[in-house]
Amino acid sequence: MTANARADGSLLAAGARAPEFVLPREPGATVSLRSLRGRPVVLAFYPADWSPVCGDQMALYNEILPEFQALGAELFGISVDGAWCHVAFRETRRLRFPLLADFEPKGAVARAYGVYRAQDGTSERALFVLDGDGIVRWSYLSPIEVNPGADGILDALEGLGGRRTA
Amino acid sequence: MTREQGRLNPPVGAQDHAQGSAGAAIALVEYGDYECPHCGRAYPIVKRLQARLGAGLLFVFRNFPLAEVHPHATAAAELAEAAAMGGRFWPMHDMLFEHQDALDDGHLLTYVRALDLDPGDLRKALESGRPKERVRADFTSGVRSGVNGTPTFFINGRRFDGNWTDEDSFAAALRAAAPPSS
Repeated sequence: MTANARADGSLLAAGARAPEFVLPREPGATVSLRSLRGRPVVLAFYPADWSPVCGDQMALYNEILPEFQALGAELFGISVDGAWCHVAFRETRRLRFPLLADFEPKGAVARAYGVYRAQDGTSERALFVLDGDGIVRWSYLSPIEVNPGADGILDALEGLGGRRTA
Repeated sequence: MTREQGRLNPPVGAQDHAQGSAGAAIALVEYGDYECPHCGRAYPIVKRLQARLGAGLLFVFRNFPLAEVHPHATAAAELAEAAAMGGRFWPMHDMLFEHQDALDDGHLLTYVRALDLDPGDLRKALESGRPKERVRADFTSGVRSGVNGTPTFFINGRRFDGNWTDEDSFAAALRAAAPPSS
């Protein structure tokens, strides 16, 4: 149910149709991208669970979650870690948004979005903002060691303007 | 079409808590959290950089409490803002960072007394809602500026993604930001 890997491995750019996927959002429960039509979706690919606390990208988004919600958006973290690993990570960091497990086949969704790092076996650190029709409206590839923050996501969500349905 | 990320918004202005001369060639802005251990490590480093760079450096502190992971961070930030309403921001800022392992209400009260601040005045300041508003406004400006954790530094409006724990390279980055004429 996942689209094929991008042939040239490049970042999926604005204007492209977001590849569909169905991934575990917790053990035993999945989410399909298609089911989220009608509202903006933020996909935040990150290399791995368990990076250092204060500078952690997911912890930051957790703090900013109300701002994403005010813009009607649904936020998902996504990495190649397994669903049980995500459970432990979410509980420890008290994350209030879902983490998707791009675990089997490993990194397939990251490959479809052009953000797989074959040399490390993880995804890149990359952001995608999709509109309510499932079209990529903004994407950003961050240097792997730099937490990209949230300003670009919020700008992109605001740019969707009238398309907001929530 | 993408706006450049990591640009300070709003720029340093009269509303900020600042140390140093407003005309300084280099403006260093920290978004920090009093309960964050990394900010605690940054605190003496910033002090030493201020000593090294002297009048050429303006230092500004803005609040970015990570309330989900640091349960006392917001109250501490609001206390410093309440102290600021009486002109005592920096003494409280320093006190909080020097005691960042003990930021529960009981300890906060001892810091108020140690700084000879009037607990009644501070209570009134807190109840006015202005400190809370201020902390929230700082947080929002941080989010919009690309703050990506604490501490996050901006040098002359640009996010510093280098290694702030290396004091010499931090100082070099600050000096490099000064216009050539200064």
